[in-house]
Amino acid sequence: MIITVASGKGGTGKTTIATNLALSLPAAQYIDCDVEEPNGNLFLRARIDRRLEVGKPLPEIDHQRCTFCGECARACEFNALAVLKKKVMVFPELCHGCGVCSYVCPEKAVGEGEKIIGVAEVGVVPREGEDNLGFVQGILNVGEPMSPPLIKRVKQFAEPEKIVIQDAPPGTSCPVIQTINGSDFCLLVTEPTPFGLNDLELAVGVVRQLGVPFGVIINRSDSGDQEVREYCRREQIPVLLEMPMNRDLAFAYSKGIPYVREVPAAREQFRRLLADIEKELRRC
Amino acid sequence: MLKELTIVSGKGGTGKTTVTAAFASLVPEKIMTDCDVDAADLHLILQPEILREEKFIGGRMPQMDKSLCTDCGLCQQECRFAAIDYSEERGYHINPFACDNCGLCAFVCPEGAITMVDAVNGAWYISRTPYGKMVHAKLGIGEDNSGKLVTLVRQQAKKLAEEENLSLIINDGPPGIGCPVTAAITGASMVLVVTEPTIAGIHDLERVCELCRHFQLPVLVCINKYSINLVNTQKIRQYCQEREIPVVGEIPFEPQVNQALVARKSVVDFPCGQVSRVVRQLVEEVLARLGK
Repeated sequence: MIITVASGKGGTGKTTIATNLALSLPAAQYIDCDVEEPNGNLFLRARIDRRLEVGKPLPEIDHQRCTFCGECARACEFNALAVLKKKVMVFPELCHGCGVCSYVCPEKAVGEGEKIIGVAEVGVVPREGEDNLGFVQGILNVGEPMSPPLIKRVKQFAEPEKIVIQDAPPGTSCPVIQTINGSDFCLLVTEPTPFGLNDLELAVGVVRQLGVPFGVIINRSDSGDQEVREYCRREQIPVLLEMPMNRDLAFAYSKGIPYVREVPAAREQFRRLLADIEKELRRC
Repeated sequence: MLKELTIVSGKGGTGKTTVTAAFASLVPEKIMTDCDVDAADLHLILQPEILREEKFIGGRMPQMDKSLCTDCGLCQQECRFAAIDYSEERGYHINPFACDNCGLCAFVCPEGAITMVDAVNGAWYISRTPYGKMVHAKLGIGEDNSGKLVTLVRQQAKKLAEEENLSLIINDGPPGIGCPVTAAITGASMVLVVTEPTIAGIHDLERVCELCRHFQLPVLVCINKYSINLVNTQKIRQYCQEREIPVVGEIPFEPQVNQALVARKSVVDFPCGQVSRVVRQLVEEVLARLGK
């Protein structure tokens, strides 16, 4: 089963929920899909066993064959090619690696290479007296604007026989869609403020369009106002967990210590969360 | 000369919009923008009254005419994004969520059943707020092209600043280091990074500072909620000192900030104890460094 932890707004506690949930379950795997700012491993400190570079396809022009007809540049939806009199320029940052240019080239002068956009790391978080927690993360190269190909790659390491917890990037655009697509359930983490509510509504729009069953977690639940709860009631969205603000835990968080490592009894709460998710899934 | 300040954070939820709203309240002659187009929040505090609304056409998308389609399946074979689905009742059809809008299917289709049409990916607005004019946008749910929309918002803000004879634009940026962030910072006069003293905050601060260095942009740092972990605050100071990045403000943790948010007020217009005073100083310091 694949559970994605997402939120419209950043900083609501996605990584806190995802890492603690993963640490609380016996046979689980954590996948950090927030490849722009992967933070899960700051808490999990996994032992990395495998590290591989991830690229996207990038056109390579055979200038011997090229007649500079300009078909490739006209066909490219992303303006990633410019054809000059005696030269074809490729702009790697704009290229989506779709292959249109090589498909349309009448001279077969467009081949394909690869541009490295980041790395995928696979490992385990050792645990005493129980199975290790599986760990995967993607790290996007700084300056590389396009994260979806890397997200797609890290998702391929999912081991569906385990409970797979995917940590999503914030927002509602392509990297988030790429992460949530194919999940069995989505946990939307929010906070009870006008910002939290506004961005929760956007996130709900995304998961509804994708048709993924979902529930809400309200973090810092003892602060703010009642609007998020009322919204969930109105929309008949299950609130699966409320986490009150706790300064000691916030301090532990700031140092990179997971909640359930500081308070092992809290694992029970996350196991119940999984049971509630399973109940929701039976209901749908 | 027109100056442009972009406020970013790397990590989400560190207080970008809180700080941006304080700039909106305190700086008299400027245009505000919200460049976090997929989860825009600044409007919740600035409460804009929309003067102009325009569609955002970010690119094109494929459209399939089923009356021409013979269900040959070539499009599915060639698509690199697994965006052509098949079902008994619908035959081959496009899954818009997987689709990258590259147009390969339109070239491949022997029947000409797929054509590329303009895609409305969202909307952008020019609004009046109690703090001056604002350019903002809304990306459609699950839509592409957020970087392009950010670029458009900034272009419109520049045009508006010229029309109104204003020389400062303040951009509330998106989280992360990807395409919309790149679009929000390239060419800015200065970038202000709002961070927090958590290990995630520091990790993301470092990545966003690297990105700024990649684009050779001058960077300032502000440490929000600095009092929640003084050891980490010291680490941030040291990181900044080593890279000659000025730390222009340290804002203490204060529960009232949350109440200001709930009241939809900027922290300088709501009693937030120390925070209100420190943020005022921060704004002055940043303006001085911008030459304003």
